[in-house]
Amino acid sequence: MTWDWEFARDILPDLLRGLIVTIQATLVGSVAALVLGLVLALLRRSSLLPVRLATKAFIEFVRSTPLLVQLYFLFFVLPTLGVTLSGFQAGVIGLGVHYATYTSEVYRAGIEGVPRGQWEAATALNLPTSRVWRSVILPQAIPRVLPALGNYVIAMFKETPLLSAITVFEMLAEAKAISSQTFRSLEAFTLVGVLFLLVSLPAAFAVRRLERRYGH
Amino acid sequence: MDIEAHTGTVDRADETVADEMIRFEKVVKRYGDNVVLNKLDFHAAAGERITLIGPSGSGKTTILRMLMTLETVDEGRIFVDGESLTHMQRGDTEVLADDKHVRKVRKKIGMVFQQFNLFPNMRALRNVAEAPMHVLGLSRDDAETNARRLLDLVGLADKTDAYPSQLSGGQQQRVAIARACAMQPKILLLDEVTSALDPELVAEVLDVLRNIAATTDITMLCVTHEMKFARDISDRVLMFNDGQIIEQAPPDKLFSAPEHERTKAFLRAVLEER
Repeated sequence: MTWDWEFARDILPDLLRGLIVTIQATLVGSVAALVLGLVLALLRRSSLLPVRLATKAFIEFVRSTPLLVQLYFLFFVLPTLGVTLSGFQAGVIGLGVHYATYTSEVYRAGIEGVPRGQWEAATALNLPTSRVWRSVILPQAIPRVLPALGNYVIAMFKETPLLSAITVFEMLAEAKAISSQTFRSLEAFTLVGVLFLLVSLPAAFAVRRLERRYGH
Repeated sequence: MDIEAHTGTVDRADETVADEMIRFEKVVKRYGDNVVLNKLDFHAAAGERITLIGPSGSGKTTILRMLMTLETVDEGRIFVDGESLTHMQRGDTEVLADDKHVRKVRKKIGMVFQQFNLFPNMRALRNVAEAPMHVLGLSRDDAETNARRLLDLVGLADKTDAYPSQLSGGQQQRVAIARACAMQPKILLLDEVTSALDPELVAEVLDVLRNIAATTDITMLCVTHEMKFARDISDRVLMFNDGQIIEQAPPDKLFSAPEHERTKAFLRAVLEER
């Protein structure tokens, strides 16, 4: 099979359409993972032992099962329980929850990296707990972990092809459709790889800049 | 000495002393098997300036940290301005103080730390204005006006927009003092506030504290190795050893004619160092 430039040009619009879905899923999934991860990190520090234990159990459970199985569960099993999600909805929820368990660990490390003296100063000033988090702890914890969070966003981006398994027409699904319709796989899958690279590399570069800026 | 202090405190527990600001009653603090404070009785009058001296590990800093509620109390009680910091009434029974009660009493206390503990993500002005805004409920304008005045008072009028990392240790500690004073505490706790400073920066911090001592009637509890400063500002110096007050006297008396052998040895060692 030889490379056909004309064919490659013909299929590019379809693949780019898939890339947009891929990027949309990554963005929505990232927001979910970043917000939920912070919530999980805070719940793990709850003063109530049952909350701490339940959160830890949830995190362990999600991390110990494959993302693909979780996506199948959300898309194929939940409807039998009366909750019907579109492929995209199930996909971003799956990505968001799965990666939240990882980002929660990142946040945890960031929070634990804030020196004890900061908490003590906040106590000495009698600041309300919610204010301590918002004004003192998180503004110090989050910048330090931005590079690690960024790496998880990139990792999530590279895992979006899994969504093709639950009918989301992201880039890989487009490529599969093209190759099964035309019996040409070389151009489609090569271009998918190239397009992933074209997004991942600048993103990785941006994360490295974050690392330099917030130092480690 | 021990027995005298003991009975004295029992009497005080029954009568109300009008101008009493701090009272420890048989306070015990342990870390594992190590007893840091052993049934400590201790009181401070309103406006009194007390310096705590003694070898490290003798429990001085623990007293400050317990008052600031940074350490729990294993046994005994602490009173601040007539209110219990450690306990509260619930109906007819006395129970351990909950968070709300602790916050109410703790409002009267401010603390300056050895390591400054400024918030590095905030400029000097906001370091000072943050708590008055969110604890005392001041408007941003009022809190910032007051913060400017305090920063001016500690000689940092031109540093309001600086981040802590842009300030010297002495400047950071002066911001920390302004921050503590912004909460208008009745009690100011000073925990080795010059120990982390380069020697040439110590004076600027002590001058600010001397100024506060001279111009306010705030009750001060001070752990320090700066004996001259202690002599200048203190009404009373307490010598700690093994979690007990082994000797207490006005500074002139304690520094020039200490009674206890342990105090003499300690003072010799400290003055030798200087």
